[in-house]
Amino acid sequence: MSLRSPLRRVTGLGSAKGGASHWYAQRITAVALALLGLWLVVSLVKMGGATHDRIVAWLASPVAAAFAVLLVITAAWHAVLGLQVVIEDYVGDKGRRLAALLVVKFSFAVAAVVGVLAVLRIAFGVAA
Amino acid sequence: MAQRARPLSPFMHYRWQYTNTLSIVHRITGVLLSFGFLLLVYWMAAAAAGPERYAAALDTLGSPLAQLVLFGLTFSFCYHLLNGIRHLFFDMGHGFELKTARASGWAVAIGALLLGLVVWFAVRAGLGGGA
Repeated sequence: MSLRSPLRRVTGLGSAKGGASHWYAQRITAVALALLGLWLVVSLVKMGGATHDRIVAWLASPVAAAFAVLLVITAAWHAVLGLQVVIEDYVGDKGRRLAALLVVKFSFAVAAVVGVLAVLRIAFGVAA
Repeated sequence: MAQRARPLSPFMHYRWQYTNTLSIVHRITGVLLSFGFLLLVYWMAAAAAGPERYAAALDTLGSPLAQLVLFGLTFSFCYHLLNGIRHLFFDMGHGFELKTARASGWAVAIGALLLGLVVWFAVRAGLGGGA
């Protein structure tokens, strides 16, 4: 006997599985990325030189560091959601599809962690 | 038993139109931007690794090939941003009329080219001709 309700046991078992939440997450991260992407462009325009000390000064601001961390996480998340759709659409073979999804998800998880640590390292003044 | 002819996916035999052109470009720019994200992380990680590593990374990103890639990524970013906003309106149920959808499609295509040029030159000026 299961304590889970009948609805809970079948939710996600249809052909779309977690499709609705995937779709929704893609839109939410899209809105966030539109704002964070524009923030990055404006920051780069205002930087006044791509020198190391300018980058350090930029991310030394807690607000900029917070936005940069959010940008890295959101961009990685949105990229994974989008690449997942592309892979699921075009890679028919189940084994290859799983392999491709694993490579993409692991790669972007690593990239996201590296990006966040890089921002924090600069923000906390370790890289100066 | 002989296999009957299987139905083809719509994209295999539908007439090519502006709608599916805009759609596939959205996908392609999305995939390109995913790699662009990895470049962004490379740039941030180099900055975090100290001035020497950062200078080396700037040399790499300043090479003609890397500049060409960044130029393409700038347009990809602008297209994906504008067409993404267009799709958010579709998701909310707006802009499906043929005239509106066609007009917004043209606005996205032309807007991405113009915005791409503005962003490229503004960012270059802001970063002092570097990456």
